[in-house]
This record gives sequence, C-alpha cells and structure tokens, in this order.
Amino acid sequence: MKALVSVKRVVDYNVRVQVKSDGSGVVTDGVKHSMNPFDEIAMEEAVRLKEKGKVTEIVAVTIGGAKNEETLRTALAFGADRAIHIKEEGEVQPLTAAKAFAAVLKKEDAKLFIAGKQAIDDDANQTGQMVAALLDIAQATFASKVEVDGDKATVTREVDAGLETIEVDLPAVITTDLRLNEPRYLKLPDIMKAKKKPVDATTLADLGVSVAAGYKVTKTAPPPTRSKGVMVKTVDELVAALKAKGLL
Amino acid sequence: MSVERDVMEYDVLVVGAGPAGLSAACRLKQIAAESGQEISVCVVEKGSEVGAHILSGAVLEPRALNELFPNWKELGAPLNAPVKRDELHFFYSPQKSFRFLDFMIPKPMHNHGNYVISLGNLCRWLATQAEGLGVEIYPGFAAQEIIIENDVVRGVQIGDLGVGHDGQPKGDYTPGMELRAKYTLFSEGCRGHLGKRLIERYQLAEGTDPQHYAIGLKELWEVDPSRHELGLVVHGAGWPLSVTGTESTGGSFLYHLENNQVVVGLIVDLSYSNPYLSPFDDFQRFKHHPVIAKYLEGGKRLSYGARAIVKGGLNALPKTVFPGGALIGDDAGYLNFAKIKGSHTAMKSGMLAAEAVAEKLKAGSEGGDVLTSLPEKFKASWLYEELDKSRSFGAAIHKFGALIGGTINWIEQNIFGGKAPWSIRDLKKDHESLKLARDSEKIIYPKPDGKLSFDKLSSVFLSSTNHEEDQPVHLQLKDPSIPIAKNLPMYDEPAQRYCPAGVYEVVGEEGAKRFQINAQNCVHCKTCDIKDPAQNINWVAPEGGGGPNYANM
Repeated sequence: MKALVSVKRVVDYNVRVQVKSDGSGVVTDGVKHSMNPFDEIAMEEAVRLKEKGKVTEIVAVTIGGAKNEETLRTALAFGADRAIHIKEEGEVQPLTAAKAFAAVLKKEDAKLFIAGKQAIDDDANQTGQMVAALLDIAQATFASKVEVDGDKATVTREVDAGLETIEVDLPAVITTDLRLNEPRYLKLPDIMKAKKKPVDATTLADLGVSVAAGYKVTKTAPPPTRSKGVMVKTVDELVAALKAKGLL
Repeated sequence: MSVERDVMEYDVLVVGAGPAGLSAACRLKQIAAESGQEISVCVVEKGSEVGAHILSGAVLEPRALNELFPNWKELGAPLNAPVKRDELHFFYSPQKSFRFLDFMIPKPMHNHGNYVISLGNLCRWLATQAEGLGVEIYPGFAAQEIIIENDVVRGVQIGDLGVGHDGQPKGDYTPGMELRAKYTLFSEGCRGHLGKRLIERYQLAEGTDPQHYAIGLKELWEVDPSRHELGLVVHGAGWPLSVTGTESTGGSFLYHLENNQVVVGLIVDLSYSNPYLSPFDDFQRFKHHPVIAKYLEGGKRLSYGARAIVKGGLNALPKTVFPGGALIGDDAGYLNFAKIKGSHTAMKSGMLAAEAVAEKLKAGSEGGDVLTSLPEKFKASWLYEELDKSRSFGAAIHKFGALIGGTINWIEQNIFGGKAPWSIRDLKKDHESLKLARDSEKIIYPKPDGKLSFDKLSSVFLSSTNHEEDQPVHLQLKDPSIPIAKNLPMYDEPAQRYCPAGVYEVVGEEGAKRFQINAQNCVHCKTCDIKDPAQNINWVAPEGGGGPNYANM
C-alpha cells in the first residue's frame, strides 16, 4: 500500500517571529525554516507503518518555491522513498494545496494521505479535510493513534470529551496530532542518502489545478505587548488596585 | 559503552560553516574543476542551519570575496549597502562625545569600498555557492571529538543524539557517525572547542604571545526611515568603557544596513580588570548615549546576540598546521584588529588552506601529513602583510588605553604605514587580568527602560536560542567546587556578569549558595571558556542543532 505524506516548509518553531513593519505579513527573509512539526509527526507515522509492513511505499509531496526542496530532502531522510515537488512561487492557500494534493493522490493511487493537522505558520487546519472532501473519501483528523488493517484504518482522535476511536475505509485522509508519536532524530547517513533519492518536479498546470484565491490577508499585527505590572506592598493596596480596575 | 558508528570518508572535511570553512570548501571545488581533480568535500556545522550561529558586525572588506567569486554581484551575493560615510567618535561621558576629523582616524579604520552586511546571510549565500560546486554541507551536526590515530588527525566524530542529562542513552539514542578525511580543516570560529584541544595537543601556540579576546554584543534594529542613512558607519571608543585608564577597553559600532535596519554593538576586551563589569549592561546603557540613541529612538529591536572575538593578531597566531589538517579563520586567529575585521582574513586563510590541500592531493598524497606549504603561502600573501602591519594595535590599547594607545596606533598606521620600528606586545592572559572584588569598585548599572535598553532574559529570547532540555550540560566544570569556594569570595563570581545570556547564576541564601548553570540559554559565545579566572569552565558542543538561531546577524 502506498502512502502519500504532505510536508510544508515553515518558519522554524524556535524562531521569534517578527511582523513586517508595514503589516503585510511576517519576516521570512534570512529566517530559519524547517519542516512543519505536525508534518514531521505525519512522516514518522508513515515510516512506522512501513516498518510494520502496513505500507510499502512512502511518497512525500510539497507545494511551493525552490527552497521547499530542502523540506522534501528532510522527508526523504525520514524514510520517504521518493518525493514530488509541485513548483509554485506564488501564494498557496489551503484550497489550492488541497486540490493539488488530491490530484497527486489520485494519480499515485495512494490509499493513505497523511498530513499534519495544521501548519504552525497559518494554523489553517483545512488542507487535510479539503482533500477528503474533494475526493469524497473518509477522513480521520487529529489522530493520536493509528492502526491499519487491510483496507480499514482504526484511528483514535483527540476530542474535547477525551478520546474517540473511529474506523474508516481506505482510501482515507489522516491528520496527525501532537501526541501521535515522537519523531526520530535524523541520522547523518540517512541525510546523505536522501540527497540521492529522486524528487520529481511538477506544476499546478501539469496536475490540471488552478490557483484558488479564496481569501485575502488584509493585515498582520503582532500581539499586544503585556503592560508592566505594579508592585503592591500590602493586601489593602492590592484590594484598592483591583477595585480601581473594577475587578473586585 | 561501545557502539557501532557509521563511517564516511572524504578527501577533505571542514568543521564549521563560517566564512573560512565555506571559502575553503568553495576554493577546493574550484581548483578541482580547473585541474580536473576529483576532490570530495564535506562541511559539518553545529548550528541548525548555515548562518544560525554566525554573529558579526559586520563591515566586509570584499578583497577575499573578489578573489573567490569575481562575479559575486551577478551571483547575487548579499552585499547591498556600500559604506557611504565613516564616523569615529570618542565618548567621554554618558552625554558628551567628540568626533574625530577624517585625517585623525588611523588608516585601517577607513571603510571606503567596503560593505555593511549580515555575515550570517553572506555565509548562507556562500553555502549555496558551495553546494552548487558539489560540496556536501550538513548543518545540525556538531563535531564532538577529534579522531587522532598515531598522532595524526583523521577526522571527527559527530556528537551522539538522544543522550539524557545523566549521560545515559534515551529511547531515541542515535550514535554520531565518524567523518574521516585525508585532511581536516577546523574552522569553528573564535575559541573552537576542538581547535583549543588541537593547539594544546600539538603545542601549536609554543613561542607565541598569549591569545587575546573580546566579547562582542550586538543588536539588530529596525529604525524610523527618517533616522536611517544607508551605508553610514559609526565607530566609537571610550564610555561606557574606560575613558582614560586601561581598566576596560574596547569599542562600539553602529552600521546602517538595507531595509531601514541598523546594527549596534559594543566590543569589550576580555582583558578588563574589574570583576563587577558586565559587558551586557554596559552595552545596554551605551545605547542611551545621544550619538547612538538618535538613530534608535522610536525603533524596534529585532534580534540580539553575542560572540567572543579573537584579536591577538600576528603576535599571538599559533602554528596552524598539524599532521592531517589545519586551523583556519578565527579558530586560528587571523582577525585584523586594526580594521576590526576578521571576515575577509578568515576567507583568505580558508582559500590558502584549500590551495595547500589541493596541491597535496594532486601530488597523490593519501593525507595525514603536514600541510607544509600552507605557512609559506600565508607568508607570501596579502593576509600576512596586512596582519603584520597591525600587529601592535590591540596590545597598544590594552596597555595604554583608548586615547594614548589610539594615538600610538595613529602614528604607527598613518606615519609609518604599519611598519613602525617597534612591536608592542601584551603578555598578560585575559583570564589573569581580574582584580579581586575587594579591591574593585562596584558598578551600579541603570535599570533598562524597555525602549532603548532591555534585561538579559528578554534579550536572549530574541536570539531564538534553543537546546534539547534533557541532555548533559555542555558547560563542564573541571572542579565543581570552584565557583562557590573560590570565584565567589575572590571575584564575586564574574560568570554571573560576563555571560551575555544569563547562563550562570549564584542562587540560594548566605551559607547555602549554589552555582546554577542554565545551559539551555547558551548562545555559544565561548566567553566563559576564556574569562573564567580559574580556567575551570570547559565549553563543549551540545547536541547538534542546539544554540541560537540568528536571523540576519
């Protein structure tokens, strides 16, 4: 069984993100990027399924500019067998990505589409669900446990009330939550080998997909800075200060 | 514990993807292409990506880059702000200063023809060029040990991943591989932890003057466009360091980059003597000087970082070759202190080493021998001539202070053209220069205002520093009792103040004090390894990928 895993290049989670002074977005030039952490979990899960013999081939896919190849190389170092780079220099919104991934999924005839539940840059949490809808296949989102047996997958999901276990028919979309697994360290020999694995380039046009401009970002603003605290010496002072703010 | 390690072999291994290492890698591949040789080159880098651990002013003199890539403009090198104007100020109080006229400035400090750059971005660009030429670069992997067999350096061992704080392997333990090469070039930057061992092991510093260091602290700001002057370079000496004496020397800088960005920094020589001095706090208050504040007011601080600088120059330059490899760049100490520039010299030293290695390989060498032609190449190059001219610069300032030392430098550089009939030397080691706390005056630093000046922790936050929490402490104490038993009573444990990242703290009540090491804050500047008066702190590489994630620094 073939599994398709989508991976996204995002500003690294360690980086303190800065909003551009004109509010048109965040600073990405010269900033460290890496694979979206939820996608690392998706890659790790695919590799574990392969190690268990449930999956025979892992194909990693991404959409974006030339630099995104780095992210595919990371996926190949994790253990993807090959990768597909959908080259698109312009803005990619979730619907565009979903249409493109759906087209690749169909073309590859993969039975599993595994993706991070969301990317840490736009927090959209849409692509996986849209892929399922576009192809009219099952979806199991926010997975914290995945078991594949034959043409069915049993997925435990993290929901508000606790854990929910569902069974889906394959092909299906699975999106991964934080507690599904802990991604392994990439080994240097694997990174070396990944340089030699094949990456096929394609475009939206090749896939017969048009860019979907569903929304426009009108403004990006940093969160308000926390105002300075006030030191109080006595309980009375504290009570007075709270009262003055109408909190008591 | 015996583990099986993967092994990869290359012709040349480069440790550290900075200007020296990347220039060496590029030059090797260029020579290989020109002469039809096959040379395999691998670069390992402890930062999570190339540039993540690079911190420099920086004003770049493009001499070495012109030689390495004459067409760097077409190749899109990030040199976007040619120096338009130079200012040199002497700050003699928190409010007052004096600006030198052009003719009064020592010649090496003129910057016409140079560029204000982010060295991190230049390294990122160099890495792209290197990969284009066929160099393999692996960021996120720290060289942990030198492989020495029969007195010959054969490569390095990468640090293990997944080792717990107790030194025991965790569930995801991954042994580091061995990278072996015919020749290994060490380009870890100032006070490299392997370079330090090589200098000891092969007695490379025998007969040279003691090495000298400084700590450089830097911030990147986005300023009000009306206060921005692209290509303006402002240097300063004096306040907040000693105005007349030699208790603390150093200098300051403020450069205007593209995109309304300004970098500001303070360099404090680690030969300072007052244990109460805090380079970080001096830097913070320095920004309030009117000459500096006028650019920063209303602006936004984007990034912060610090790095030690090697500045002993030619008098302190160790032997750079040993069986199987060489030290290049700041790992050896090629910085030109008179120009306050080390990037072009680092690049050149890497290029010269590449040439020496390529010659050996062409002659069919199997490696492991001494690159004897490298010292000759160095001697015959402009790099030697340049360092020779400024050999006394730093020592003069250490010994005579900013004003008199600066005057001596002016006479040397502007009258004798660097060929003065004397050589000023400074034989006192930086870690021996501290006076006892009881003989020193406490320094009361003003509280940060949150607009121009900030506290240490919010600053470290801007360096995007991160380390895996559950790993052995990478700042090792040879004797754990020294900080509290000796350094505290004698020097009020200066690590609390010289560390620019708040790694070292003395906590607890009187009588039950404890030395705490917050290793995850470490920005890899190496100041503690240099300045600890007991030479008790040993900086080793943490798990690969840890440390700062500097952007545009």
